[in-house]
Amino acid sequence: MIEIKNVSLRLGDTQILQDVSLTMPKGGVTALVGPNGAGKSSLLSLIARLRPLQSGSISVDGLPVDTTPSRQLAKTLAILRQDPAVASRLKVRELVGFGRFPHQRGRIDANDLLLIEAALQQFGLMELADRFLDNLSGGQRQRAMVAMAFCQGTDYMLLDEPLNNLDMLFARQLMRDLRAAADNDRRTVIVVLHDINHAAVYADRIVAMKAGRIVADGAPAEVLQPDVLAQVFGYDMNVIDVGGAPLVLHHR
Amino acid sequence: MPSARLVVATSLVGLFVLSLGIGVDDLPMGSVLTDAGALQLLLVSRLPRTVAVVLTGAGLAIAGLVLQILVRNRFVEPITTGTGQSAALGVLAVTLLFPTASIAMKTLGASVAALAGTSVFLSIAHRLPPTQPFLIPLFGLVYGGVIGAAVTFIAWQTDLLQYVDIWTNGEFSGVLRGRYELLWILAAMVALAWWVADRLTIASMGREVSVGLGLNYQRIVQLGLVMVAVISSLAVVVVGMIPFVGLVVPNLVSRLMGDNLKSALPWVAVTGAVLLLACDIIGRLIRYPYEIPVGTVLGVVGSGLFLWILFGRTQRA
Repeated sequence: MIEIKNVSLRLGDTQILQDVSLTMPKGGVTALVGPNGAGKSSLLSLIARLRPLQSGSISVDGLPVDTTPSRQLAKTLAILRQDPAVASRLKVRELVGFGRFPHQRGRIDANDLLLIEAALQQFGLMELADRFLDNLSGGQRQRAMVAMAFCQGTDYMLLDEPLNNLDMLFARQLMRDLRAAADNDRRTVIVVLHDINHAAVYADRIVAMKAGRIVADGAPAEVLQPDVLAQVFGYDMNVIDVGGAPLVLHHR
Repeated sequence: MPSARLVVATSLVGLFVLSLGIGVDDLPMGSVLTDAGALQLLLVSRLPRTVAVVLTGAGLAIAGLVLQILVRNRFVEPITTGTGQSAALGVLAVTLLFPTASIAMKTLGASVAALAGTSVFLSIAHRLPPTQPFLIPLFGLVYGGVIGAAVTFIAWQTDLLQYVDIWTNGEFSGVLRGRYELLWILAAMVALAWWVADRLTIASMGREVSVGLGLNYQRIVQLGLVMVAVISSLAVVVVGMIPFVGLVVPNLVSRLMGDNLKSALPWVAVTGAVLLLACDIIGRLIRYPYEIPVGTVLGVVGSGLFLWILFGRTQRA
């Protein structure tokens, strides 16, 4: 379980997060949605101890993120930031292998090799495994980064806009992989999404943020209502029902 | 690239033997076993010089590699971005305050100054906009130039310019047994860097990836700073500043073998040794029996190699 209590964040003169409290039980896929600058990425960074907490408290599985040793947290949660801009000339297989670092401190054993190959397989990277990252397209590199986060083998996975740079086929594939990770491996996935219709289909729960506050929280059918969406995104959009799932016509 | 590795490894062995054979006195290899004078020459002069070149080349290449990781910019190296100049300032200060200080004391003073100078460089470099990658090396050159000017000014005021020349122009002609042994610390630094190779590779992916993987980023940065400062100071105090090794070699090895340092880092060290050894030999042969300082040779060879790296980079992209 992830427990966020009364978290506020201020950077310079800007209030990024205002008294956010949120509890996410273990398991399932939670989508964070909201307009640019709503504080979604900042909240993710705070959970993943990439930023120091200014006020409030956050714990993951009972481990306070500000005082638990970083290495122990690295075995509990994995974070994929938006646009990690890795400039190192690593081969895809080497990069994915570094996902095992928190467990092995660099000594890769047979079990790790299996996990690495499985991650490469799952993200369609087998043919790219021996290519250098700087020779890949943006979407291929993004898949390699996601595969590394998967390979970390943590109960909690935080992904910040993982669909960036992915074409439709791989975007759908990634959402299905996240769903499968939650359903089959009992992982807890928290993902920042801009494509709200992916959230509608693949998430168990949608948390909508605006201006540093949580403004809606619930199952997709509850949150994806015209009045809620207008409040979050600032314009009216139609929502229709397609095969039992809401489809937001946000582009018209 | 097994063929590149083979070439580099055989070059090291070949150049090592060649370096032992080059000097004003003839030293036929067969005579060492029978002639006491020849053996003496080998052990007192030729072997120490060759070992010193190998250690310095390996050390400078690793220092360049580590600094490039800390700054996250491939176009910096300690000798031109303030570390070397800070080290010179440190030796100068120790020389002025304690004229009888031993070479170890001077190295210590240089290391402390180099650590401070590099820390300042790093903290400013991290504040420069990442969208302008060439600002960092430019800033480094200016920063190194300012500290270098301070060194020259103080030395001029205190009549120590000749000393400063020894620290700023790297060359190995003065290396004899008993005057280079501190350089073995460089071997320890290279070994330390290899020991933490995985951590350095992760650090090269940036702070956020490092923290996400449970690496203590702050600590690896501190360790890296110490390695860069100690290596550069030893080089400056014992042999003088040698440019380009730390800049060119890590880029070259990255091109050929990638940045997974567990496998690439030893080759950075070996390639650094080969480059410096080759340049030292060129400097000794070009106007035999006189010598051209290795720093000067590297200025020519290194800038050529650097241009080749830049040119190849654009061609590939």
